[in-house]
Amino acid sequence: MKNETAKQKIGFGVLFVATLAVVIPVLMIVCLIISKGWSALSLEFLFTMPRDGMRAGGIFPAIIGTFYLVLTSIAFSLPIGVLAAIYLSEYAQDNLLTRTINLAIINLAGVSSVVFGLFGLSLFVIFLKFGVSIISGALTLGIMTLPVIITTTREALRAVPKSYREVSHSLGASRWQTIRHSVLPFATPGILTGAILSIGRVAGETAPILFTVAAFYLPKLPHSLGDQVMALPYHLYVTTTQIPGIPENYRYGTALVLVGLVLVMNISAVVIRSKYRKKK
Amino acid sequence: MNLKIAVRELTIHFGTCRALDNLSLDIHKNELLSIIGPANSGKTSFLRALNRLNDFELEMRMSGSILLDGKNINQDMEAEDLRKKVGMIFALPIPLPLSIYDNVIYGPKMAGVRDKKVLDDLVEESLKSAYLWDEVKDRLRSSALNLSGGQQQRLCIARTLALKPDVILYDEPCSGLDPISTAKVEESMTELKKDHTIVLVTNNTKQAARVGTRTAFFLMGELIEIDSTDKIFTAPSDPRTNDYIIGRFG
Repeated sequence: MKNETAKQKIGFGVLFVATLAVVIPVLMIVCLIISKGWSALSLEFLFTMPRDGMRAGGIFPAIIGTFYLVLTSIAFSLPIGVLAAIYLSEYAQDNLLTRTINLAIINLAGVSSVVFGLFGLSLFVIFLKFGVSIISGALTLGIMTLPVIITTTREALRAVPKSYREVSHSLGASRWQTIRHSVLPFATPGILTGAILSIGRVAGETAPILFTVAAFYLPKLPHSLGDQVMALPYHLYVTTTQIPGIPENYRYGTALVLVGLVLVMNISAVVIRSKYRKKK
Repeated sequence: MNLKIAVRELTIHFGTCRALDNLSLDIHKNELLSIIGPANSGKTSFLRALNRLNDFELEMRMSGSILLDGKNINQDMEAEDLRKKVGMIFALPIPLPLSIYDNVIYGPKMAGVRDKKVLDDLVEESLKSAYLWDEVKDRLRSSALNLSGGQQQRLCIARTLALKPDVILYDEPCSGLDPISTAKVEESMTELKKDHTIVLVTNNTKQAARVGTRTAFFLMGELIEIDSTDKIFTAPSDPRTNDYIIGRFG
């Protein structure tokens, strides 16, 4: 008996240490960024254009650029990903084609992001002649996030009990009505989780936008989807490696803004999600 | 006798497993047919064939025919139209996570009814027929999940009634209910029998004896015997029926 209790304690201890090992690096990153970047934050830093070869002034265009990229790519990948997931989980039969598509989706999730960048360059920028532009970058980022959205949506749909579908069918609802009224409403929180994960990924990725949209320096804000933009992760890369003599807090300030922006967008998605959960 | 449903030589396989074997029986208009039998006797598969819920099972194969008012339900009818006429109450009450009101109008709404007055009337009428109206009339907008198990099952009955079906299928509707809730469900069933045809699958032979006009005994996917409830429970023709009723097996 005593032996069992000791074992139990050791088990809990191991689990706790593992959790700590996950939390500590995250805390360290956050602390590092805040401590080194906080002093750079100011209204000027957030809302003005860069000056003096980006050694002074603000990062406004990069913030705007990242914001546009996230919105445009989610607007493209969320509907397509959700519709594809609905098809795969509700309509498609379990045959060789479906299994191949599933395998392809899983593999797509494993492709490194720079390959997506190269793909975007050849398809959107060169072949479809979209040029280096928001639309090319957003589509590239969108394709990169599709596997995440499809997988999480499919899991969310699967988590809706089979009995809801049966009840709906037994009340004379068609297949689509059942999905629309008895499955999707209850899967929405899970689907939004996928969207939240994608937002973080889209905002933070550098490689896919490298060849497709990101500008080293632009003196003006974008006017259309055909324009190039500056983006926070690329700006961070540029200021860290390409331009000598930049104050350190400027770089960490950029990182802090990037993390903060993702946080703000995630929080708004979480708020929407909890609204949906309450409706249940 | 007025024939409502005619089942002819119905055989159903799920994969390699045979659920029903060459089964033929008639269901009369406005009768309550109870189906009894041990586990795996094909009762539920039979019930689900009557409103084509088996269609969603993978690897389901079926032969024979089921005629509703003379129409072959698998060939002459759309599944959605059939299910509006042949409603189903499941073993466990499954209210959708919506309000009481929205649960009741789910079927009519899917069928395209939008008129608020019509829907309001339907809700009142259906809940009254299911003996639930008095308990919930003041909180129609609250979540159906807050109801007790027995109330939820009566809500499911009201939800089915809102479609104004001809036939109602009950799949062990009281298996999860306490005796008082069971009595209420049975009371509504007896009342509904007046203008509906009812098929009741039950594991509770006493329930079949209480409410059934006729009773059928299924065993291993075969129909052993079908007769008036009195006859089945007092002098069954087949010894296996007798064994099951007196509790020798099952």
